[in-house]
Amino acid sequence: MTAVTADAPSAPPAPPAPAGAAPRRFGMKWQLLAWFVSWIVLWLLLNGKFPLEAGTPPFVQDALQNFASNLGLVSWTQPIINVLNGLYNAGVWVTKQLGWTGMIGLGSALALLVAGWRMALLTALGMLSFGVLGLWDESMQTLVLIAISVLLSLLIGIPLGIACGLSDRFNRIMMPILDTLQIMPSLAYLGFIALFFLIGPPSGIVATIIYAIPPTIRLTSVGIREVSEASVEASRSLGATGWQVLRDVQLPMSRRTRVVGINQTVMAALSMITIAALVAAPGLGQSVLGALEILNIGAAFNSGLALVIMAIVLDRVISAASTRSAAGQRSKKETWTNRAVAAVLIAVGALLPAIAPKTATWNQAWSHPITDPVNTATDSLNNVLYPITTAFTEWITVWLINPLESLFTGTPWFIVIAAFAVLALILGRVRTAMTAILCLAGCVVIALWPDTMVTLTQVVLAAALTLILGLLIGVWIGRSKRADRVWRPILDAGQVLPPFVYLVPCLTLFGSTRLTAIIAAVIYAAPAVIKIVGEGISTVPSDTIEASRSVGANSWQEIFKVQVPMARPIILVALNQGIIYVMAMVVIGGLVGGGGLGYEVVKGFSQERDVGVGLAAGIAIVLLGVMLDRISQSAGRVRRTSSDVG
Amino acid sequence: MVNTRRKFAAVGVVAAAALMLSACAGSSSGGSTSAAPSTSGGGSTAATVACGSTPVQIADNPWVGYEADVAVVDYVLRTKLNCQTKISKVAEQVSWEGFGSGQIDVILENWGHQDLAKKYITDQKKAVDLGSAGNNGVIGWFVPKWMADKYPDITDWNNLNKHADLFKTAESGGKGQLLDGDPSYVTNDEALVKNLNLNYAVKYAGSEAGLITALKNATEKSTPLLMYFYTPQWALAKYPVAQVKLPAYTPGCDADPKKVACDYPPYPLNKVARADWVTAGGPAVNFIKNFSWTNDDQNSVAAAIQGGATDDAAAKAWVDANQAKVDAWLAG
Repeated sequence: MTAVTADAPSAPPAPPAPAGAAPRRFGMKWQLLAWFVSWIVLWLLLNGKFPLEAGTPPFVQDALQNFASNLGLVSWTQPIINVLNGLYNAGVWVTKQLGWTGMIGLGSALALLVAGWRMALLTALGMLSFGVLGLWDESMQTLVLIAISVLLSLLIGIPLGIACGLSDRFNRIMMPILDTLQIMPSLAYLGFIALFFLIGPPSGIVATIIYAIPPTIRLTSVGIREVSEASVEASRSLGATGWQVLRDVQLPMSRRTRVVGINQTVMAALSMITIAALVAAPGLGQSVLGALEILNIGAAFNSGLALVIMAIVLDRVISAASTRSAAGQRSKKETWTNRAVAAVLIAVGALLPAIAPKTATWNQAWSHPITDPVNTATDSLNNVLYPITTAFTEWITVWLINPLESLFTGTPWFIVIAAFAVLALILGRVRTAMTAILCLAGCVVIALWPDTMVTLTQVVLAAALTLILGLLIGVWIGRSKRADRVWRPILDAGQVLPPFVYLVPCLTLFGSTRLTAIIAAVIYAAPAVIKIVGEGISTVPSDTIEASRSVGANSWQEIFKVQVPMARPIILVALNQGIIYVMAMVVIGGLVGGGGLGYEVVKGFSQERDVGVGLAAGIAIVLLGVMLDRISQSAGRVRRTSSDVG
Repeated sequence: MVNTRRKFAAVGVVAAAALMLSACAGSSSGGSTSAAPSTSGGGSTAATVACGSTPVQIADNPWVGYEADVAVVDYVLRTKLNCQTKISKVAEQVSWEGFGSGQIDVILENWGHQDLAKKYITDQKKAVDLGSAGNNGVIGWFVPKWMADKYPDITDWNNLNKHADLFKTAESGGKGQLLDGDPSYVTNDEALVKNLNLNYAVKYAGSEAGLITALKNATEKSTPLLMYFYTPQWALAKYPVAQVKLPAYTPGCDADPKKVACDYPPYPLNKVARADWVTAGGPAVNFIKNFSWTNDDQNSVAAAIQGGATDDAAAKAWVDANQAKVDAWLAG
């Protein structure tokens, strides 16, 4: 699942550069210390002065509210709705016609052709498990939704990505849009999508595309930019036109990166399924929400597991397909054998019901949902852990969350803005500082400052916790192949399990608290960070490690003096990604006691009279996300180009 | 690339062929539309008037009590009236939007929503009030039953300050915690706390799941809890509560949201339907107009669903046991 690590609302990681900035880093440490101390002093002096709660008039919120309530129904979306409904119904019709045997035959045949027999076997087993979990129909509905959303995302995204790759100006226009699409919480605009595309599959598909399309655009563009200048020049000098260069050089050579983007789009689409269920998109998302309604943790896990299996199969098959095609042509004979086997698989699967009518529909007696065992297990686990977790929650809240929150909410707003601007200056350049000022000033203008600070507290803590976990486990899996094998399935599951599934267990153990919101964010963000750190550690050249061993370094020295410093650029990329993932959970945090901007978004989705606040909070989340992204990115960049930063 | 394309072409041909073959074998129709059974379900009133070819589109809002309404109405429509139904699982606000687009015909259990009622019933005239669903909604403050037993005076708001220490948490900044939180419902709690001079802070759980989990823990582990909650709600059958008396509600006492110092009004839950659908008439409209049942009726079906019964099974059991009520719904 290496592909997942490349998920990037930010610029892709630059190759690790030799750490040549040691002197500057020394200076930076003192600067950061001075920055921190002066903030604390100012806070102690001015705590609680110049509060913004009642000060700013919510005219932006009112304007958004007016805009929203005057939105009538529109007619131009009707043809799109018809097409999307048609596609969805056709897809479901196909899955019904083929039946479960036919679908498994088709799925494994496709996997065989693009990724080989191992992947075909994995696909067959994975699809079989949908039936075993008792969720065949729901899984097929989800699969159809995913297929349509991903195909449309590619249809729209690849041309846009190519345009971004070829034109710097277009790229500059698109990037902020993509940032917004990825960070803006979908609950903030889901109500509007339902207004335009009506409830049901069309709205679900549109919401999914909005969230899932950015990786395809980004990585298509990155892929084209990665193609070496020399190859393009060579082809030009042979008289190729721009179109020919694109078709014969740039597109084929960027294929691998593009596939990574497609993979990311598939994963993002899967993660939207539960949210899309809120506008009546059918499938597994419905079962997750239905289970949540009656607090049936087991049933939620059961549906979540089906989603995890679907995600892992799709990820493995797509990744295998991309490495396989990169590995070059297969022999003619093997290709033809595979085709023949694939044809047989499909034919047998599709015809089996006609020959043996008993196999026409999935027999419920074959299903063994994990609902009851999970419920029993979580109940007994709760009873054991509850005293420990409540004490832990109390302790963390009193000693960590409350102090940090009062630092953020108690410091006058303009000093907070100044503090972030200075931090951006220390880590980055003037532009970064300007971005920080604009973003935070935006939060003041839309009159959501206190909420913004509550959210910022949780984001900072969650990101810090994520990075600590990322370093601990990442170094471990980076150094040991065996640890990697053990951790990877857990990380994969953590990455694709819909957060709604683990919200109830978290709520039971930690209550409706800010800590629960932080924990949910860490569960969601840590896997990606761990994977990136692990990869960074494992790519430290072995001869460097050998050299350190030969001078008698022990394991700890090896880790802290060699591997971590050399992987520093990648670790900073991991931090950046961690922050982005944590930001994506702000709204989920609002559902479990996090309060702040997340709760405002949830309220906006639930109450007509709060739509304006909800939208404004969505915008504030984007502003916060962009600021944190730019600052953390510049922290990574400055070390590479330390010489040219003033 | 060419190679890949050819591969997919091959698969496509095979798949299409297989599809046609298996289509010949025949299969059931799909979609979330449930067709009426071909044999009329032995309707006692023999009301086999044609229901029209378009399905009755029912909004299914996300709580179990509502699902109980949907289960029974859907079951009766299909088995007694030979209607087709289409159930859309959507949030409340989104269901009202459905009146505008013609995607929703009826909401079976509406909790107030004056703003939406104004927009869709009064202003746009897209929807009409279809009368009471028989259930009475209550919003208020609750403590787990063990607390009312142990501290009998706690159910009067006047004594809440005396007990504030019990409800202190790390989240509530030295005050007692009042757990609020499903954003789908109106809350005046911050104003109430302020205007009644209560030494409490409102903590927003943010979801019904958060509230019910808190109630579950408070009941099972005997930890203190003061929460905003509502009935009818399935969890109350499992985790008994006592309501805290606030200053009595008088009409208009909640007019200014900032000055509220009284209890929540009673919520007679009603049905709302799409205006054009009602005008078109038919047996389904009459039936849903007549549909009305008690909180106990709803709770019994909700409990069955929560206990793992399918909607249809839960509905059938109730309908079989309450034939007279169903007959009355179908009579009008």
